[in-house]
Amino acid sequence: MKNEIQGTEDSRGPVNGMSGSGPHSNPGILESSTPVGKKLRRTRSASSFGFWILAVPLVAFLGFIVLMFYYLFRNGLGVISWRFLTQPPTHGMTQGGIWPCIVGTVLVTFVSLIFSVPVGVCSAIYLSEYAPANYVTRAIRSSIRSLAGIPSIVYGLFGVALFVSAMRLGLSVLASGLTLGLMNLPWIIATAEEAISAIPGSFREGALALGATKWEAIGRNVLPYAFPGILTGVLLAVARTMGETAPILFTGVTYYTKQLPTSPLNKFMALPYHLFTLSTQHEQMLKVRPLAFGTAMVLLAFVLAFDGVAFAFRLRASSSNKWQV
Amino acid sequence: MSASLKPAGVSGTSLQAVAGTGQPRRRSRKLTDRAAGVVFWVSALLSAVVLLGILLFLLLYGVRTFREVPVFRFLFGTVWNPDAYGVSSFGLIPLLLGSLLSTAIALIIAVPLGIASAILISERLKGWVRVTAKTLVELFAGFPSVVLGFFGLVILAPFIAHLFHVPSGLNLLNASLLLGLMSLPTIISVSDDALRVVPHSYREGAYALGATPWTTAFRIVLPAAKSGILAAVMLGFGRAVGETMAVMMVAGNAPLMPHSLFQPFRTITSTIAIELGESAFGSAHYYSLFALGFVLFLIALGTNLVAESLMRRAKRSFTL
Repeated sequence: MKNEIQGTEDSRGPVNGMSGSGPHSNPGILESSTPVGKKLRRTRSASSFGFWILAVPLVAFLGFIVLMFYYLFRNGLGVISWRFLTQPPTHGMTQGGIWPCIVGTVLVTFVSLIFSVPVGVCSAIYLSEYAPANYVTRAIRSSIRSLAGIPSIVYGLFGVALFVSAMRLGLSVLASGLTLGLMNLPWIIATAEEAISAIPGSFREGALALGATKWEAIGRNVLPYAFPGILTGVLLAVARTMGETAPILFTGVTYYTKQLPTSPLNKFMALPYHLFTLSTQHEQMLKVRPLAFGTAMVLLAFVLAFDGVAFAFRLRASSSNKWQV
Repeated sequence: MSASLKPAGVSGTSLQAVAGTGQPRRRSRKLTDRAAGVVFWVSALLSAVVLLGILLFLLLYGVRTFREVPVFRFLFGTVWNPDAYGVSSFGLIPLLLGSLLSTAIALIIAVPLGIASAILISERLKGWVRVTAKTLVELFAGFPSVVLGFFGLVILAPFIAHLFHVPSGLNLLNASLLLGLMSLPTIISVSDDALRVVPHSYREGAYALGATPWTTAFRIVLPAAKSGILAAVMLGFGRAVGETMAVMMVAGNAPLMPHSLFQPFRTITSTIAIELGESAFGSAHYYSLFALGFVLFLIALGTNLVAESLMRRAKRSFTL
């Protein structure tokens, strides 16, 4: 046993040498003052001391997250007011609010879900209920995992090439929404498939035995019970989609528009892009800093709200083994 | 008959149908069933089509760069300056090095911290502490990168400038720190999963031989979960190398060869994000950004395939 693995200078004794009498099985030896007892006590305290050391990076990381939230909220909270939330920006974006950005973000997220939720849930049903174990299925699964790993800016490029140029949607809510939809599709498939395959087989068999077709068995006896799990995945996807900037950068988001989008082919403003422009592109960067803090806070509040509901949902679902199997 | 069966959970209409109300009804149910199967199959296939579509579009657009720029000059050029008067140059190397270097530094920070945290979460924490830690980690995984970039800009940059007495904190170090933070949740979650699939009998065997929990974790469980943890590192790499907004906001964005921690630099992702808006549609510059996207796509795809095969191996090693 090497010292650096034991973690402290206490750990001289070779652990493997303590043949037979484990530290957990024989408290009698641990309490004794014999050399063996002392050595065992030392090794055991070295072990738990080591885990305390391991806690340092995790606590630092989690502490950092909490501190960052605190810092953003402390600086942003003063900016938030009814006017800030409901007015458009004015005076070259140095005053006014972020209403058009909230509308834009909600709209593109909604458009993305109109595409990705039906397609994602149908894919998940196929993978969990129909897919044969062959190379086509393996290829599909592999594509879905690959899609999940593709950088968001690459989705942006694809959106420019396909939706903006080839399909002639131009810079629009629709083009951005569809680009975001492609991006969150693999996340929705993954969580929905997990939720659907968690429903016990007996639910399907019961329906089939009564003469239901396969689709009737799935639609009436599986999907309703998988619904909470699917919804959790959708909420998590909403939270992540709202914060994405790179895919909408060239597919429809704009620095400033006077009007709220009235058609899916209009350009729009969005919270994450607004934060980006206020903090790095604006001519009076320091003057608009408070507005940037406010925007960051509103965006975070949206993300946290959806994440929070999703986590609460999942916690409730996992707290009891509903099916008793 | 249908009344006695009703409590079984199937609704009335389908039971009447089951009872055989006639040939056409049965045929339409069968047809619906067929149609549903086809719809599901098409939906699932769409993912594969999208992946191929991305590959095809990037290739189609990217290749047009090489009508004006020789492939060799693109792949091995050391200067990225598409707007130069006279001869513009499209050299991939400074951007690729920027991406790889910042990601490497990020992983040097994030991998040890991430694995240590994963061991703690999987081997030591229990109950609500474990749930809280995992929830916070997952929450941070979905943290908007633009907000993290804003944080780096407002807090980290002045801090770095002050600490190291450099004129600007918008540099390689700042970007690498943010990337490290962004890849941590991925590394922690995937490593935790990898450690938890190690069968309990491994730990019990070690305890029976008198090993402490610490020894068990580091000499038995960690080596057994090696493949899964490597996969976690690969996925963390993929996450960091593809990150755009946070990096763009704190990197300083001068397309220079990176040679110091305190120097502004550029990644592939930020170059695409900065220049696509300002390049003329249909110019070599415009298409070269798609070529950059293709390079990024290949890196991400390769990373993912390696991670996937590592995960498959990890799964196989515990099934007898």
